[in-house]
Amino acid sequence: MNVYVITEHLNGSISDHTFELLGKAKQLAGGDSVTALLAGHGAEGLASQLGAASKVLYADHPNLENFNPQSYCKAYSQMLKDRMPGLVLVPYSSMGMDLASGLSVSLDVPVLAYAQDVNAGGGKITVVSQLYGGKINVESEVDGDSCIAAVLAGVFSADEGKADGSPEVEQVSVDGLDDLQVKFKRLIEPEGGDVDITQAEVLVSVGRGIQSDENLSIAEELAAKLGGAVSASRPIVDNKWLPKTRQVGKSGLKVKPKVYIALGISGAPEHIEGMKDSELIIAINTDPNAPIFDYANYGVTEDLFDVVPALTEKL
Amino acid sequence: MNIIVPLRQVPDLVEELEIESGGKDLDREWLKFKVNEFDDHALEEALCFKEDHGGQVIAIALDANDADKALYAAAAKGADRVIKITGNFEGQVASRTAAKAMANVIAQLEWNMVFAGVQAVDERDGQVGVLLAHFLGVPHVSVVTGVSNNGGTLEIHKEYGGGIIAEFEVAPPVVLGIQAARQTPRYVPVAKVRRAMRSTDLEEMDAGDVSVNVGSQVTRMYKPEAGGRAEMLEGSAEEVAAKLAEIIRSKV
Ligand SMILES: Cc1cc2nc3c(=O)[nH]c(=O)nc-3n(C[C@H](O)[C@H](O)[C@H](O)COP(=O)(O)OP(=O)(O)OC[C@H]3O[C@@H](n4cnc5c(N)ncnc54)[C@H](O)[C@@H]3O)c2cc1C
Repeated sequence: MNVYVITEHLNGSISDHTFELLGKAKQLAGGDSVTALLAGHGAEGLASQLGAASKVLYADHPNLENFNPQSYCKAYSQMLKDRMPGLVLVPYSSMGMDLASGLSVSLDVPVLAYAQDVNAGGGKITVVSQLYGGKINVESEVDGDSCIAAVLAGVFSADEGKADGSPEVEQVSVDGLDDLQVKFKRLIEPEGGDVDITQAEVLVSVGRGIQSDENLSIAEELAAKLGGAVSASRPIVDNKWLPKTRQVGKSGLKVKPKVYIALGISGAPEHIEGMKDSELIIAINTDPNAPIFDYANYGVTEDLFDVVPALTEKL
Repeated sequence: MNIIVPLRQVPDLVEELEIESGGKDLDREWLKFKVNEFDDHALEEALCFKEDHGGQVIAIALDANDADKALYAAAAKGADRVIKITGNFEGQVASRTAAKAMANVIAQLEWNMVFAGVQAVDERDGQVGVLLAHFLGVPHVSVVTGVSNNGGTLEIHKEYGGGIIAEFEVAPPVVLGIQAARQTPRYVPVAKVRRAMRSTDLEEMDAGDVSVNVGSQVTRMYKPEAGGRAEMLEGSAEEVAAKLAEIIRSKV
């Protein structure tokens, strides 16, 4: 099976998510080729990090210098259209979300999202998707011999996809990129100055189960006792109860503290991706079926408002 | 500018999900549905945009899983028109089919932008918003956390990992996958929804031809294996706290 991987890059560096897919692609390809697709402007140098691929297809255009949903969709679609059948692995990331489903329509190839596993044994492609916030796995079989799989971050090893050596680079010319409705303007970096949660040894992380911003104090007291910091799931940050710098997950930060205590966090895939490498994970959640318990070392199904003050007291 | 907001009803994850005996779908008999949380944000952002710049907000929903309730709630919040898309939407509707039905209806309306929730928990075969954009033949931007109007062109913020934001200038028509509205989605009291049910004209439009090639079949549905599951600590809050304190102290 010929496997294609979309290379995700930002500020001149390739994401780990891309290497995870390259590693998986090598395994899936068997004896066939693994091709990395790269789009950019003056970015062919990045190909030297893509040694896990047998070949790199590269499209260059000023409007590909920075990720742009419109120009990247057009470029990748032209790069792939004469190369199907094949299996295309796309990172299910902010950028990949703009590509996978769109390529599916423009190439008329099925797409499967939230993929946590992909198999291609015996020429049949099957994909396992993590649906319903991680509560249910769904296995799908693809009808034909082509598929786009939008793969979750952190499910395959990035090390497997990292290899030196420059594969052969083939330039692909793409057109229709001059006149765009979507124009990239700039990147805005997050403001620093707050606590750096990636450096904390202990994180007390709060989710929607905390119910209101007044209740944050019970997490702060526990964190203070442990010399740690308070972090949060996305809804807490969206509600502006805590700054963005405290968000753990896909669109927040990746953390690996010694101890991660999740209070009222369900464990959606987007959250898990940011904290699953913590050394010790403790989850307190009243729902015994919450997916967070599949990743935690210790779990408690009592009400966090009973357990947390008692815990702070005992420490 | 007119903004279309597709509303999707998804299973409420607070309830326990069961799988039907065939193992290929959820057991739908007792499923409780709620509006996809990101669609709620999309509606909020659309209403805020309208409050600042005028135009209409048009909420649409497939006729499935209590769609009327979602549409009346949207009307109570301030949507100008609410439209139910009729057709055969039994069981789990594929993203591609849903997007096609919405595209057929949207093509008959006067619109400038679609604000869709960036994703939903049941999108097995791709994101409805992005599929919709491609069926409509317009560009899209996903994971949007900011929309402002610069004299007809939009300034869009798209969020990457680590809190980095990319700013784009976009000329409508466009589909935006909204991640978070500028403010917490507004709440409407039940009484106001009831009033909307009496005073709102819930329009119906036919989905038309929704034959698309999804290209895959569900072969199995299962709850994730309890392989790496946590050791569960039992007892009163006090007892559990004592055990936790010991575990944590052994680590730091
Ligand atoms: C592109 C994209 C990027 C995203 N990025 C992120 C990200 O970076 N980080 C992130 O976290 N999310 C992210 N999300 C959102 C993610 O999909 C989930 O919506 C989010 O993680 C849910 O947060 P939660 O667990 O706090 O809330 P919920 O899922 O609502 O869970 C709340 C939990 O609290 C429990 N609970 C309630 N009351 C109590 C109590 N008294 N005691 C104990 N437990 C209680 C409930 O049982 C429930 O499990 C992203 C989504 C998208 C689409």
